Amino acid sequence: MKMLSSKTLLARLLIVVLMLVTVLPFLSMLSAALAPSGTYPNGLQWPADPQWGNFFKAFEVAQMDQLLLSSSLIVLGVVPLSVLIATMAGYGLAKLTTDRYKWLYLVFVFGLTLPFEAVITPLYYEVRAMGLLNTRFAIILPLIGLYMPFGVYWMRAHFLNVPNDLSEAAQLDGATRWKEFLLVQVPLARPAIMSLAILLFLWTWNQFLLPVVLVQDPMQRTMAGALGAFQGQWGTDIPLLCAGSLLILTPTVVIFLLFQRQFVAALMQGAVKG
Amino acid sequence: MTEPQTNVPAATRQIQRLPLNRGSRNSKLTAWLFIAPAFLAYATFVLVPLGMSFYYSFLRWDGIGKATFHGLTNYITVLTDADLLQIIGNAFQLVAYFTLIPVGLGLAIASAIRGQMAGTFGTVTRTIFFLPQVIPLVAAGIAWSWMFASTGVVNQGLKAIGLSSWTRGWLGDFVWALPAVGVIGAWVLLGLCIMLLVTGIAKIDPSLYEAARLDGARPWHEFRYVTLPGLRQEIGVCVTLTIIAALASFDIVYIATQGGPGITTTVPGLEIYRLAFAHRQVGLASALAIVLMVLVLVSIAPVQWLTRDKK
Repeated sequence: MKMLSSKTLLARLLIVVLMLVTVLPFLSMLSAALAPSGTYPNGLQWPADPQWGNFFKAFEVAQMDQLLLSSSLIVLGVVPLSVLIATMAGYGLAKLTTDRYKWLYLVFVFGLTLPFEAVITPLYYEVRAMGLLNTRFAIILPLIGLYMPFGVYWMRAHFLNVPNDLSEAAQLDGATRWKEFLLVQVPLARPAIMSLAILLFLWTWNQFLLPVVLVQDPMQRTMAGALGAFQGQWGTDIPLLCAGSLLILTPTVVIFLLFQRQFVAALMQGAVKG
Repeated sequence: MTEPQTNVPAATRQIQRLPLNRGSRNSKLTAWLFIAPAFLAYATFVLVPLGMSFYYSFLRWDGIGKATFHGLTNYITVLTDADLLQIIGNAFQLVAYFTLIPVGLGLAIASAIRGQMAGTFGTVTRTIFFLPQVIPLVAAGIAWSWMFASTGVVNQGLKAIGLSSWTRGWLGDFVWALPAVGVIGAWVLLGLCIMLLVTGIAKIDPSLYEAARLDGARPWHEFRYVTLPGLRQEIGVCVTLTIIAALASFDIVYIATQGGPGITTTVPGLEIYRLAFAHRQVGLASALAIVLMVLVLVSIAPVQWLTRDKK
């Protein structure tokens, strides 16, 4: 018994050390963010006179309110529509097609491992030809397409596990496929849809490559893209940069902490299936 | 909610089943209408650009003027040019850090801490381990640039343990910049891998461990013959995810080093961006893009094959 508890203690100690390693970069940023703006602080050192005002300054300089708005607009443009059409296609591929159309599914799955860099150059010319360069649509529309492999894969996997009896019952009740989809299948798919929405929200909010290439104005970008511009502009003022970075990553962290369980579940399932 | 109507005799149900069969003309149309929006989005913003990438890769084009057919020259350049080969090599070196550290260390840690993830302590652990997954990679890049700076935490720590001679500006060092970038990736991915592996271990039948112990198995044997085989799928997932993260890396490198010093930390993703938009060599950028896509596929195919569920 004694052996076991010392083993437990050791395991917990290991976990605590790992947790410290995980949060260390954040703590270091916090300590730098509180140093006087424009100075060159030490890595980890509680400042004698913490400058909480740096956060207000960073908020103003980064125009956080506008950034939040921009990122939210992009998320609102991407996530609901992506989830809807991915759910429809997942249902269609799982329940409405025969094995003869397996190739269609494979075409979607092919995109799962595709690095975004592989299509970014033509995307630039395509988006420019559509006249959307430097607008939020330059991020929104391509992302919807780029999310389809994962979204369709994810939702199809869910619908494959729904027993066919359910469809048959709905059909017997005289429901059309659309009615069945909206009134029977979607409500039952809520957990899968929620997880997908959470993942797409995170990936959109944190998307960097597309904003960097397709949108010049940081105010039209995602949070991550704006952070890149912020670093370019204030990279030499470490306290301000750290304060701004912490501010910019706060929204996702807050949402993550609020929906911790759902996020963890979604990230884990997302990893396993992706 | 939608129980089958019990008053319909079984025979009638059998008959009514027929028109439900998939494949009639009407249901084909319905199926297509369900799938079409997703397929259209996917085709417009993935399949078409991919085709264009492939087409560009045979051109010599500055993105503005007239393009000329260039044959396989771009591919030959990608596969023979010393700089480009080094850049591709950098990506594979990153695999060593992004994949081996999180998966190797993750396995050791996961088997050490298995059974400790219940209750509040487990919730806190999970939350913290997932933090790096939730923040933008850009933020991880900025945080670690600061950790690796000359007055940053890493050097501070080295000084504290009396290794002042080891301190340096890590990300500006020709030898150490790439390993430093690798450490950032390992930090981002370690928590996720640990959690996936811990969950995998929890699914292993406890009686297997009991049996091993009764047979007098040492902890190492337990790990080798019970944990490792039981985790095949989870390991496959971790390896696949981390390889893709390494080969297709962009955000961290762009923020932390911009590919420097020299090209010691330049990765294909960054080079594609530079070639296409700074050097105006769209053809070469596209050839590199196609090569990168193929490299990712070729690298993860054996992993998928080795770790798939054998039934």
